[in-house]
Amino acid sequence: MLDELLLREMTPAVIGVLVHRGVDFTTAEDAVQEALIQAALTWPERQPADPKGWMVTVAWRKFLDTHRSEASRREREQRVAVEPPPGPTETADDTLALFFLCAHPSLTPASAVALTLRAVGGLTTRQIAQAYLVPEETMAQRISRAKRTVGDVRFEEPGDPATVRRVLYLVFNEGYTGDVDMAAEAIRLARQLASMTDDEEASGLLALMLLHHARRPARTRRDGSLVPLAEQDRSRWNTSLIAEGVAVLQTALGRDRLGEFQAQAAIAALHADARRAEETDWVQIVSWYDELLRLTESPIVQLNRAIAIGEADGAVAGLAALATVDPGLPRHTAASAYLHEKAGDLLTAARLYADAAWSAPNLAERHHLTRQAARVSQALRG
Amino acid sequence: MAKYLLLKHYRGSPEAVNDVPMDQWTPEEIEDHVQFMRDFATRLKGTGEYVDGQALSPEGTFVRYDGEGRPPVTDGPFAETKDLIAGWMVIDVDTYERALALAGELSAAPGAGGKPIHEWLEVRPFLSAPPTVTE
Repeated sequence: MLDELLLREMTPAVIGVLVHRGVDFTTAEDAVQEALIQAALTWPERQPADPKGWMVTVAWRKFLDTHRSEASRREREQRVAVEPPPGPTETADDTLALFFLCAHPSLTPASAVALTLRAVGGLTTRQIAQAYLVPEETMAQRISRAKRTVGDVRFEEPGDPATVRRVLYLVFNEGYTGDVDMAAEAIRLARQLASMTDDEEASGLLALMLLHHARRPARTRRDGSLVPLAEQDRSRWNTSLIAEGVAVLQTALGRDRLGEFQAQAAIAALHADARRAEETDWVQIVSWYDELLRLTESPIVQLNRAIAIGEADGAVAGLAALATVDPGLPRHTAASAYLHEKAGDLLTAARLYADAAWSAPNLAERHHLTRQAARVSQALRG
Repeated sequence: MAKYLLLKHYRGSPEAVNDVPMDQWTPEEIEDHVQFMRDFATRLKGTGEYVDGQALSPEGTFVRYDGEGRPPVTDGPFAETKDLIAGWMVIDVDTYERALALAGELSAAPGAGGKPIHEWLEVRPFLSAPPTVTE
């Protein structure tokens, strides 16, 4: 058996070793990717006794091969050192430096996601391409462009944890699932980030991911259709993930430096805390949305806050809150349909559910909203 | 990132500015047009935004189920069908604006007289996977 996780975990450290031997990031990353592919071929037969030593040796050899053939093309007489130069091999900060480099602000979100998954996550280009449903060649180009973009950035250049958090959030929230479970991968990387930085928001992000991941078994039916939060079988929520998420969140909140991920995680924790949907503490959830709105001023938060008000203070109050939200927002119509149904206006609700289904951003939501429209219409017919 | 379909019609879209049927172009003009399309796809592969591109024959047949144990019924092609798709390109881009910009470039493919066709392309977003975090 190939211990793929072990391979992935050592990837950033091996890149770090090569960089400390004087190889530039772009070349080092390529060499390690080739070593990863070779490991995937040969390890199932026989896993080396010292996996990391093997990876460093093979990656170094891959680098020398490339370097030699390039050098011989340019200047045949120029000699290349065959033995690695002495000096520091790796430092604990390499992985963090790679996180920063791969989420560099000069990169577009999609490039940063791809580069992070390859250089920090140790995934192959093929796995990343599968996860995002694009051809492998396209993903390869996206990654090499990203590497060119950060080509002149110093490896140890201090970075901004906020950019790394955004990248990991995207991997968690918008990843499809191919060969590799992107949500699990995002959690693994967020765990690493939180352990390396003294950053409450990194913990907030990790807690948010854990709390949402805990609901995954209850979130979809066997046919792939979505189960809304209120209807989920809560006995299928993963209690150990919830416990871990709550613990991580409490430690972060205790340091009294609130940020948007901590506030979002707090809302998720309140949902996790209710054994039945009817026991949800909506009043507290509304107050967390107030905090979140203060931190982000996001219209999507306004929308979700209006729904929470509908639960805490009744549908009429919810509709009043919704009236102040931009009606052009995705899911505005769906929220309005829900609140109208709750207020007893079935005729409007049926129409709005149908409208919302028409403009749903994904198939699972469209099917869900179409069923809601059908259910309310049927009730109207008696 | 989001995927968009750039849809090209034989029929059914509003009239292009340089609307001369392809069979009345010179062979060089056709060659230039084909090369433009090829270069466009190559460039998008290079930027990591290309997903797929296909051209369709204008000849098509309608097919439907005709009951248990019976072969499917076929019919057509219907000359009067309003909408006729010629082909598509699927792109994976960061923003909707980028999708529009690329469709605009594609619409400038050279046609008769070597001038841009200014044809109307339809831009359709893909329905994505549902996000994990919704509340």
